[in-house]
Amino acid sequence: MRLEYFQLIDRIVALDLDARTVKAQAKIPPTSTIFEGHFPGHPLMPGVLLIETMAQTSGWLIIGLTKFERMAFLASVREAKLRAFVSPGQDLTITARIVHEGSGFTITKAAIEVSGKVVAESELTFRLTPFPDPNLRAGMRLVAAAIDFPDPQ
Amino acid sequence: MSSTFDTVANIIAETCDIPRETIKPESHAINDLGIDSLDFLDIAFAIDKAFGIKLPLEQWTQEVNDGKATTEQYFVLDNLCARIDGLVAAKGA
Repeated sequence: MRLEYFQLIDRIVALDLDARTVKAQAKIPPTSTIFEGHFPGHPLMPGVLLIETMAQTSGWLIIGLTKFERMAFLASVREAKLRAFVSPGQDLTITARIVHEGSGFTITKAAIEVSGKVVAESELTFRLTPFPDPNLRAGMRLVAAAIDFPDPQ
Repeated sequence: MSSTFDTVANIIAETCDIPRETIKPESHAINDLGIDSLDFLDIAFAIDKAFGIKLPLEQWTQEVNDGKATTEQYFVLDNLCARIDGLVAAKGA
């Protein structure tokens, strides 16, 4: 997890396009300036970043399904639950599945587990658009390679 | 069995917290009811689920943007319901 680059996924460990599911892993860095403020003396991974972690995992699933033809932009967060504190240094397992594929939008359900226990979950809606800039698409391909995303070409 | 309009109106009322009695067949979802594009995604999701269809929102948006159609053709509820009925019929054909 590279918080300073907002790259919250370390590795895609399973991508099943038929089942429309994805599983990713991420390790929260032991130190970050974020934890100095959130919170002094009691460092916690911010809930909004856990939601973003689920969004990025869902986004990779959508990119896989659209074969890099569409970018997924987070549009709404529903029923977000932050069930437990998540601390620096912890290992996350993130899963997401497609709930609905509409015309120009996709809805997923995602969850984060730590040591087999669900610590966060949410339903997420994404707008899907063609990549608005070729540099974005190229950049996403670079990130994909870095996180072992099985590129569908 | 409720009509297509009743189902759609109930979805809109529940999704957007709009009083059901203000939603009429002649209402324009955007201009009259003030539904924005994000809320319309939730409505489309609910309509897709309720009728087992996929509203072709991207195609409609493109046609409006290209000047080939007006928003009234798709977003006045009477017209929207007619298109839903058409999609349901096409699915069963």
